[in-house]
Amino acid sequence: MDSVADIGGATGWGKVDPPTPQDKDAVFHEAWEGRAFALTLLTMGRVSGQNLDAFRYALSRLDSKSYFDDDYYGRWLNASELMLVESGVIAPGAVDARARKNAGEDVEEPADPELNKPDYAATAAGSLRQVEEAPRFAVGDTVTTLTDVDSDANKLPVYVRGRSGVVEAIQPAHVFPETHARFLGEKAQHVYSVRFASTELYGADAEKFDLTIEIFDDYLQEKA
Amino acid sequence: MSTALNPDEHLDGSGNRISPALRTEALEQLLTERGLVDPNVMDKFIATYETAVGPLNGAKVVAKAWTDPEYKARLLAEGTAAIKELGFAGPQGEHIVVVENSDSVHNVVVCTLCSCYPWPVLGLPPAWYKDPAYRARVVREPRKVLSEMGCEVGDDVEIIVRDSSAEVRWLVLPQQPAGTEGLSEEELIPLITRDALVGVAHISAP
Repeated sequence: MDSVADIGGATGWGKVDPPTPQDKDAVFHEAWEGRAFALTLLTMGRVSGQNLDAFRYALSRLDSKSYFDDDYYGRWLNASELMLVESGVIAPGAVDARARKNAGEDVEEPADPELNKPDYAATAAGSLRQVEEAPRFAVGDTVTTLTDVDSDANKLPVYVRGRSGVVEAIQPAHVFPETHARFLGEKAQHVYSVRFASTELYGADAEKFDLTIEIFDDYLQEKA
Repeated sequence: MSTALNPDEHLDGSGNRISPALRTEALEQLLTERGLVDPNVMDKFIATYETAVGPLNGAKVVAKAWTDPEYKARLLAEGTAAIKELGFAGPQGEHIVVVENSDSVHNVVVCTLCSCYPWPVLGLPPAWYKDPAYRARVVREPRKVLSEMGCEVGDDVEIIVRDSSAEVRWLVLPQQPAGTEGLSEEELIPLITRDALVGVAHISAP
């Protein structure tokens, strides 16, 4: 299943504007953006009882308006709300009701739901883990990614599926976001930086360049 | 099973979408009333990323690499450890890999699935990095995108795009501009811009 967030390689997005020089650029352009940022950091772990991969998974499950139309930190806010509702910290609609009340509307606020935080604890801090088994592939090996992935929490972007590239580096092993995001276990595994030619990704007429992307071991096909 | 928000949500009584500013205020109230967040802690997070953790850290790393060949070798071999020598570490910096731009290679960094970015050395990402147009297109036509952004890359220079799809964070070591070889670290730091450390700008001599 493909997510709203999986836009790499998509066409039709129009020009990219030249960057604002950093001395004229603010970290947060409006005060609420900083508040939404801080609320998200707090929500992610302690308040919702979830994790960074669960946050990214929440982002990827937003409807397209909640993903694209509320600005960047509005997207974070919407994912935080989704995590908090799923963890039973606040009721569905509670944020909207309070916002409308604050704006002077006569709205009833929903009662608090029953707390439903995931029964989960990380085995260590952060995302990097030790894995006992040797990596399946070595630097320089040609590898091919899976053509299809079932989970809607997958981290194999559409534009690199079913493509062959060369292992450029073996990175530290990581928890597997696809299971970690849904509290199905860390499933720590090797991660490879795989280098693809643009022509492999987009065909012979592609602009000429190379691309590397980190690929989790689960997403690589068996050796040919 | 996915449980996407109902697209009809977030509407006020007149059917207009409630602004994220109003909804952020509402969520902060709800969590504060329940004793789940402390607004003072939020203030500290915001202040940290507005002042302490930003691209000046990355500029210090680059200036040191330009003036100290042994440090540069360590930085390219073990980025995270070399960056930590200068005191920079923290969230979104678990494993930082540094790649060098040169006369023959130009690296440029993106996160197509979200907005992964090396916070300890660059702070929070700028608007262009989070722009769907950048995320979608720089992995398909990087030379064209870079040109639109004002960064021309010669046809004889190989482009390598780095898509940050896991917890590896990429930092570009830009080319030192000709004529600045005699400058000190302190003199170099102000020349080194955030955008060059992501690979969408070159650095010019003063």
